Amino acid sequence: MSGAPDQLHRALGLTDAELDDIREVLRRDPNPLELALYGVMWSEHCSYKSSRLHLRRLPTEAPHVLVGPGENAGVIDAGDGIAVAIRIESHNHPSAIEPYQGAATGVGGILRDVFTMGARPLVVMDPLFFGELTDARQRWLVEGVVSGISGYGNSVGVPTIGGELTFDDCYASNPLVNVLCAGALPTERLVLGVASGVGNLAVLLGSSTGRDGIGGVSVLASAGFAGDDGAASLDDAKRPSVQVGDPYEEKRLIEACLALLDDGLVVGIQDLGGAGLVCATSETAARGGVGMDVDITAVPLREPGMQPFEIMTSESQERMLAIVTPENWPAVAELCAKWEVRASVVGHVVEPDLDEQGDRVGFLRVRRGFDGEVLAEVPAASLADEAPLYDRPMRRPLDLDEIHADDPTDDEPVGSPGDDLLDLLIDPAWVYRQYDSQLFLNTVVGPGRDAALLRLAGPGLPISERGIALSTDSNPRWCALDPRRGIALTVAESVANLACVGASAKAVVNCLNFGNPEHPEVMWQLSETVDGMAGACRDLDLPVIGGNVSLYNESGGNDIDPTPVVGLLGVVESLVAPPPGWSWRDGDAIVLVGVRHAAGSQPFPLGGTKWATRRGRRGGRVPTFEAASFRVTTNFVVSEISAICAGEASDVTAVHDVGGGGLATSLAEMVSVTGVGATLEEFESHGELFSEFPGRFVMATSDVGAFQERAGRAGVPVVVLGVAGGAALRIGSAIDLSVDDVTARRANALETALASLD
Amino acid sequence: MTRVAIVVFPGSNCEYDAAAAMTQLGATAEFVWHSATDLTEFDGVILPGGFAHGDYLRPGALARFSPVMGAVARFAADGGAVLGICNGFQVLTEAGMLPGALQKNRGLTFLCQPTTLIVESTASVLTRNATKGQELRIPINHFSGAFTCDDATYASLVANDQIVLRYKENPNGSRGDIAGVANPQGNVVGLMPHPERAMSTLLGSVDGRVLLESFLSVPVGAR
Repeated sequence: MSGAPDQLHRALGLTDAELDDIREVLRRDPNPLELALYGVMWSEHCSYKSSRLHLRRLPTEAPHVLVGPGENAGVIDAGDGIAVAIRIESHNHPSAIEPYQGAATGVGGILRDVFTMGARPLVVMDPLFFGELTDARQRWLVEGVVSGISGYGNSVGVPTIGGELTFDDCYASNPLVNVLCAGALPTERLVLGVASGVGNLAVLLGSSTGRDGIGGVSVLASAGFAGDDGAASLDDAKRPSVQVGDPYEEKRLIEACLALLDDGLVVGIQDLGGAGLVCATSETAARGGVGMDVDITAVPLREPGMQPFEIMTSESQERMLAIVTPENWPAVAELCAKWEVRASVVGHVVEPDLDEQGDRVGFLRVRRGFDGEVLAEVPAASLADEAPLYDRPMRRPLDLDEIHADDPTDDEPVGSPGDDLLDLLIDPAWVYRQYDSQLFLNTVVGPGRDAALLRLAGPGLPISERGIALSTDSNPRWCALDPRRGIALTVAESVANLACVGASAKAVVNCLNFGNPEHPEVMWQLSETVDGMAGACRDLDLPVIGGNVSLYNESGGNDIDPTPVVGLLGVVESLVAPPPGWSWRDGDAIVLVGVRHAAGSQPFPLGGTKWATRRGRRGGRVPTFEAASFRVTTNFVVSEISAICAGEASDVTAVHDVGGGGLATSLAEMVSVTGVGATLEEFESHGELFSEFPGRFVMATSDVGAFQERAGRAGVPVVVLGVAGGAALRIGSAIDLSVDDVTARRANALETALASLD
Repeated sequence: MTRVAIVVFPGSNCEYDAAAAMTQLGATAEFVWHSATDLTEFDGVILPGGFAHGDYLRPGALARFSPVMGAVARFAADGGAVLGICNGFQVLTEAGMLPGALQKNRGLTFLCQPTTLIVESTASVLTRNATKGQELRIPINHFSGAFTCDDATYASLVANDQIVLRYKENPNGSRGDIAGVANPQGNVVGLMPHPERAMSTLLGSVDGRVLLESFLSVPVGAR
């Protein structure tokens, strides 16, 4: 290892104070190997040391929650004896440097988190954030990231069923690549990553260990990009910290691990992700309250001459750690041989030691041979659970009032609303066409709609008529203006998206992408976001069952907009028919369902909208979230659509949430999908075209009288906007566009931008 | 036909879906690991989609050397019905059991999307119950799905009625819009689209049924 001995801890990403903490734990100076172990395990990425204090304020409990935050994945009871495991993560910095492998290994990592719980991974979703496509580097990043997700996800055999695609200059130097995975398992087979049973063996499964990804969690994920061109100038220095993925290895690893669990051959199982072997061994030992001896000479290596710290901290992909009884080891070895998965005993579960107070302390010992020299000896829990906890200073941005005052809502409308509308339309099909979205025959509603809807079925699961729905949502512009209100509205938007496929929301996972936590404004944003999310989740009875915090998303001292991503999981009780989707028919009445005006003094706020952002207006205010009326409206939509999913006849022919781009955009999207135009009454104001607050739905009905009566009984406001039909989209005197124009602009927007030359 | 072998290579991933489709149609599907050397007890054989052996070389280029492929060849030579779907089609061309080859899509990206197929020939185990000219809505899901062959091969495919399915709108640059071909005897068929993904209205299409029902309707004593 490089660096003078007294400076080594800094090179490993540890502060002077953290070095003192380590000395206190060990009651001696750590040796260089021990320092390396603490360096990765106490990194921001692994330890959440800046965010843990705040995350505690999130509600995490509900009767259907089987596993909450802190495990490899959150798990809910979805009914019919089936549990659903879900997890979201970021792979931002690796993707900034090496987009294909960064995105690919993000998929691989999240799959391992889910099958670690005993669940077969069934779906992946990818929220992606890039700079504007006028920049050639962004086009390179988009193509690399999408092909990385496609190349890995399709080959490993897990369908990618949705995500998000956001372009904003704040991500130009620091793109965000988040990935969500959900899987399912028979409820009784739930597995936790625990090493219990002294004498049991820790078996390393999968790939051999190489020098890739060393320091990925610390050097790469827990520090910003220094240059103001972001990753561009740091490619060479940080590229060795990016791992390389092998989906074929992962596919065999999934099948082998699920077969080991099916056959009851393992006590516990844990993935090797960030911080590699040290993380997996210390976490399983800490959870089990036992010690673990690791023999570094037993670890299969890709190249000679690897140092102990490299073996322990390598982030080589496609590896798992299984805890196995000695009696079962021959059967484990045989099953792994069938799947051509390498299996090696690299650790022994050992008795914890007794400290001076007589407390049991499980030690992680790194040895050269099980009976050989001890190279490192540290309490496992001190690595896994006892990283420092920081209450970092916070400050509301000084210019926030000024930004709020610069409100596009107050502008006199200029230009053509029709042109503005065309400019907002973008069909992400170029992205999702590259993803296998149908494997396992579950995908009822795939990518590109409000939410994905799937049959709750898979190999080895009990038979069920239920469905699960998933959505990922974010609105960084709202959150930049007001993180507390912005995230509350984002959670609501997600619930509204699920309602469009008939699903009741059950659980939230979040991926909190923020800038540098050493900037007090960023910590304020994080803290406000946690409180806003906690409030909205309480209002909507939603537990937060897992999450990921990605900090240091900065470049040249500039932080990204706060980008909390909500992943929402919902359930449809009976799924025997598809929901109506976006396709209305000639002659249907088009209605707006829900409270027409935003809460507060502005009926149609434009602050933080796509419309305003496209015009370079980044100021303004964000409306409050009115939970009571929102719940009444979404419950009504859920009951209407879930009845259709259950096979009941209905006059409802289409439904779409009013989301990004506002009411005009929702209408245009429905026109382009269905190929049938619409003629609508004059809106109340220009702002109503593009204002973006959740809790409103565009629906179409073949019997408007009956629909209004049902809505009236439910206490839900309904406004008849107009009628479907014809070859044009007409909104009062404001917009008159041909269906062909709307369809072509939306279909071609992304490919045109990607093909541009500069 | 009641008992169908579904060959599983390491890296296959559509085996469960193929089995579900067979079960839905009343057949018994059994997974057969790629190391198997005997398929004589089965009535039909399916090579499902996926990425056999990772497909890091050319798709199917390694799978053709798996021990099971000798048994598949013998099964076909005895007149047994063999169906290769997507990666299975690629494997059958690499193994020389079907003509031509599958190269990368024209746009050099993976494509997962619905397509409309036109039944071109009913002289195959996959289309014997379909009608010539019938249009079927069945999705594709591949990176290397553009069928290619030399002019002489193409002429013989046409002359022998071996072109089983064509795309109505060519999604991938396939020669002659070809989506599926058969061997001259019609008992070995490969296609890039996934009929097992078009088996229920809930998932958008039931047009795969006529193809897989054709496959299962082949008399057991045919070989």
